[in-house]
Amino acid sequence: MYSFDVVRPKSVADAVAALGEEEAQALGGGQTLIPSLKQRLAMPSVLVSLAAIDEIKGVSSEGGGLTIGGGTTHATVAKDCAASYPALAAMAGNIGDPAVRNRGTIGGSLANNDPAACYPAAALASGATIVTNTREIAADDYFQGMFTTALEEGEIITAVKLPIPEKAAYIKFEQPASRFALVGVFVAKFTDGVRVAVTGASEEGVFRWTEAEAALSGDFSAAALEGLSVSADGLMTDLHGSAAYRAHLIGVLTKRAVAQA
Amino acid sequence: MPKDHGIGAAQKRREDVRFLTGAGQYTDDINVYGQTYCHFLRSDVAHGKITSLDTSAAEAMPGVLRIFTGKDFEGIGGLPCGWQVTDKNGDPMKEPPHPVLAQGKVRHVGDPICAVIAETLDQARDAAEAIELEIEDLPAVVDMRAALETGSAKVHDDLEDNLCYDWQFGSDQAVVDKAFAEAAHVTTLELVNNRLVANPMEPRVAVAEYARAKDESTLYTTSQNPHVIRLLMGAFVLGIPEHKLRVVAPDVGGGFGTKIFHYAEEAFVTFAARQINRPVKWTSTRSEAFMSDAHGRDHVTKIELALDAENNFIGLRTDTLANMGAYLSTFSSSVPTWLHGTLMAGNYKTPAIQVNVKAVFTNTVPVDAYRGAGRPEATFQLERLVDKAARELGVDPIKLRRQNFIESFPYATPVAVEYDTGDYVATMDKLEEMIGIPGFAARRAESEAKGKLRGLGVNCYIEACGIAPSNLVGQLGARAGLYDAATVRVNATGSISVMVGAHSHGQGHETAFPQVVADMLGIDESMIDIVHGDTSKIPFGMGTYGSRSLAVCGSAMVRATEKIINKAKKIAAHLMEASEGDIELKDGMFTVAGTDKSVAWGDVTLAAYVPHNYPLTEIEPGLEETAFYDPANFTYPAGAYACEVEVDPETGKVTIERFAAADDFGNVVNPMIVEGQVHGGLAQGIGQALLENCVYDADGQLLSASYMDYAMPRAGDVPFYMVDHSCATPCTHNPLGVKGCGEAGAIGSPPAVVNAVLDALNHAGHDVAHIDMPVSPHRVWQAMQG
Ligand SMILES: Cc1cc2nc3c(=O)[nH]c(=O)nc-3n(C[C@H](O)[C@H](O)[C@H](O)COP(=O)(O)OP(=O)(O)OC[C@H]3O[C@@H](n4cnc5c(N)ncnc54)[C@H](O)[C@@H]3O)c2cc1C
Repeated sequence: MYSFDVVRPKSVADAVAALGEEEAQALGGGQTLIPSLKQRLAMPSVLVSLAAIDEIKGVSSEGGGLTIGGGTTHATVAKDCAASYPALAAMAGNIGDPAVRNRGTIGGSLANNDPAACYPAAALASGATIVTNTREIAADDYFQGMFTTALEEGEIITAVKLPIPEKAAYIKFEQPASRFALVGVFVAKFTDGVRVAVTGASEEGVFRWTEAEAALSGDFSAAALEGLSVSADGLMTDLHGSAAYRAHLIGVLTKRAVAQA
Repeated sequence: MPKDHGIGAAQKRREDVRFLTGAGQYTDDINVYGQTYCHFLRSDVAHGKITSLDTSAAEAMPGVLRIFTGKDFEGIGGLPCGWQVTDKNGDPMKEPPHPVLAQGKVRHVGDPICAVIAETLDQARDAAEAIELEIEDLPAVVDMRAALETGSAKVHDDLEDNLCYDWQFGSDQAVVDKAFAEAAHVTTLELVNNRLVANPMEPRVAVAEYARAKDESTLYTTSQNPHVIRLLMGAFVLGIPEHKLRVVAPDVGGGFGTKIFHYAEEAFVTFAARQINRPVKWTSTRSEAFMSDAHGRDHVTKIELALDAENNFIGLRTDTLANMGAYLSTFSSSVPTWLHGTLMAGNYKTPAIQVNVKAVFTNTVPVDAYRGAGRPEATFQLERLVDKAARELGVDPIKLRRQNFIESFPYATPVAVEYDTGDYVATMDKLEEMIGIPGFAARRAESEAKGKLRGLGVNCYIEACGIAPSNLVGQLGARAGLYDAATVRVNATGSISVMVGAHSHGQGHETAFPQVVADMLGIDESMIDIVHGDTSKIPFGMGTYGSRSLAVCGSAMVRATEKIINKAKKIAAHLMEASEGDIELKDGMFTVAGTDKSVAWGDVTLAAYVPHNYPLTEIEPGLEETAFYDPANFTYPAGAYACEVEVDPETGKVTIERFAAADDFGNVVNPMIVEGQVHGGLAQGIGQALLENCVYDADGQLLSASYMDYAMPRAGDVPFYMVDHSCATPCTHNPLGVKGCGEAGAIGSPPAVVNAVLDALNHAGHDVAHIDMPVSPHRVWQAMQG
């Protein structure tokens, strides 16, 4: 690590002010940022820890939806959403290990937008709204490619609003080493249609499989997906799987998610 | 009732108390007054010429004490290789220099170029970033086949090419040719034994200090064999005589072979501490471990089996390329030759065997012994081949194996070694019972009902352990003897310290070794402690690897204890005014045969140190004995393993449902420790078979350079094992009759796993002859696509 200062503001306003400093960076649970600091891959002068801001923590439900504070840990989501949104809770409960889940936050995960992360699939499939200190961004506009989002410099995710689907499931096929998603598919069925979000597969990060959505909106069954496939073009190839394999897995996992939902 | 004392008792490991309560003393826990920190600037390219190197700006940075470069090591020895292999023309292997810090050229990603010493680690890292270094990229030599083509770039400019040696071994050419000419069937298989990274939980660490007034150096290091490091580093690299160099390997958090070798970093800190007259500490990061710990395996092999019309094995021929990496690590040259070629007979009486191995230099991290070292490579190719032959011939793979088993012992193989004992039929019988062959069809049907494919894979293995007889290994090119030593020091009150040359870094010596001595003397284990890992405390020792600790060092300890008993009997005879020949030792009491006279163990030991009533004219006071032990042969643990897998036909994912291991380890001192060793070995073997893979790209960049991409086995990846070691045929040539159990699991399990996957796929109608390890979901899916 290079040396840096740490501040622990107690309010979003103070955090935003602190992030106005040159080379300041937000610190959520540190589960992504700290390893990259250890590798000397980032060089912030000050880390603005969001861990002491109570107003961005916790889960509340209103009007058929959930609002999850941006600083809420995966462990809290796993516990507090188990009854209201089981598919989301199960997804959060299967991220990393207990240490990662007790530290890592939904805001950090969405801000980072790792192409193999789980939360982006959940947010996109749920049609979530990302709430920041300045605005609200629809998930469809928020994810803009690998590690790229609509967030501006210094903008903080304060909350994520998620409508609760009638049925949903997330199936993660684990990359054998990292246990991130080699491919992960989140399927969410709402009264007005089905959304299918795929993570781990594309060079552009999380994306919606619209053909599957259309088929499932008419008939929410694995059989409805018969004959549909995703093109391998633009999918990732790495040590753990080729683009063709990923394309194949998307089909398999989507069917399994529908069956499980 | 199971024994709770002495040899055969399943005592809990006493060392675990300190390991599990965080009270272990590892090298990184050692901090010396005035200590400085070392950071290595390492090459980030695989192959290149250093065109300019300027450390002046870095040297001026805060806290920097000194920056060393290859220039500081001109005229100082490089890292030696401990085993000289002679090639098939009688020429010695090519042995290019292995500098401590790069001399003009870098040869793998991670090759150390400079070492920065500063007051803090961060200062050292900061300064390393300020070093002005220019490297002119050279084409990287990565693929072994390409490396041997004419016109390939050369890893070492002074060599003719990238060939280290071309080794041939076994039966005469004519004999082998005849077997293949007469064969009714020949099965051929080409395969890769995947490169692995050992990944002990504790990364390497070295701390060195120098006492200028006494001209003494001390090195604390994460080693499996401190005396070997003292010898190699003192004699060959730095020119420090033994009496001025102390090497300490305290608690070591796993070795698996990769901590046998003498490394540049430990030589460097010892050298630097003398130069700057301050202690120097280096702690490897996990990232550094991936690019500087010696890797394992990495063979590419073509193997052929000739069978007669009755399916008897009549000939075997192999052709292997073995990756040496960029430099010869300490025992690298012996692994694909003497630890591999000599095991190619396996458990079978194949009369004609020829092994060919070309060792190749590449721009990758050096490759050396990793748990099993050579024997897993031999076992994998042979047992995969036998399985393939069975499938081609349409015969039962177990029956084919049984038909060809060696059944009478001793048995001299066509590849130089003589197996002393074994009973391969018994271990196979046991295995069939454990895995439950008759129930397999029902289990397969159950899996199929869930939409899964089920397969059963079986294999045998043989290994040569207890490494080993010095005269034999000397003929084979070893530059050291491979005996071991122990000193048994009995104190005045009867408590005992045993100084052993073996080093314990997970093997449980501190528990098992006292069981042996306690058994011999009839006293309680709690009276006995093991001392190891410090050249200033133990007589000598070649260390722990090759499952040799109990077989070799344990035997030395037995010999020393026998000497103790002899002397103690003399003292007892004097105390009881009896003749020495009538003294018996039982349950810690000396008695005179046929009388009720007795003296206790403690009375005798006290007399030895308070010799008021003592035969001083006949024997010396005190009670301490040392023995060196050099065995007459290797030991040959063997066994049979079975694995049942489920394959998800949609994703290709393999899960292990059942695993059975029937091992013959000879006599067993502590069955709980033996089971633990087998479990650990199986986890590593399953890791190799399903998960682990060290991969370089065409430019020599390490792609699997962290746990994000290098898949280690975790608890959830392995089943509850069924293990058994009841089919024991004791070793005939060591006093304990033990064979060694440390590597068996890693040697015996990979073929069982792969055979099981192929059984599942072929049974389901997929005509798949082989899948290379790791048998990842992606590879299985690809194989199913045809
Ligand atoms: C061993 C391990 C396994 C993992 N496995 C998985 C897995 O299976 N699936 C998965 O999805 N993830 C996985 N993760 C990642 C984990 O979910 C992280 O918690 C997450 O990616 C980052 O969240 P964080 O709160 O730790 O963010 P940090 O690491 O603190 O920050 C990450 C980035 O987000 C920014 N940031 C943080 N909080 C905010 C905020 N509220 N607003 C704006 N910007 C913010 C930071 O400035 C930084 O750029 C794993 C991590 C580890 C270490």
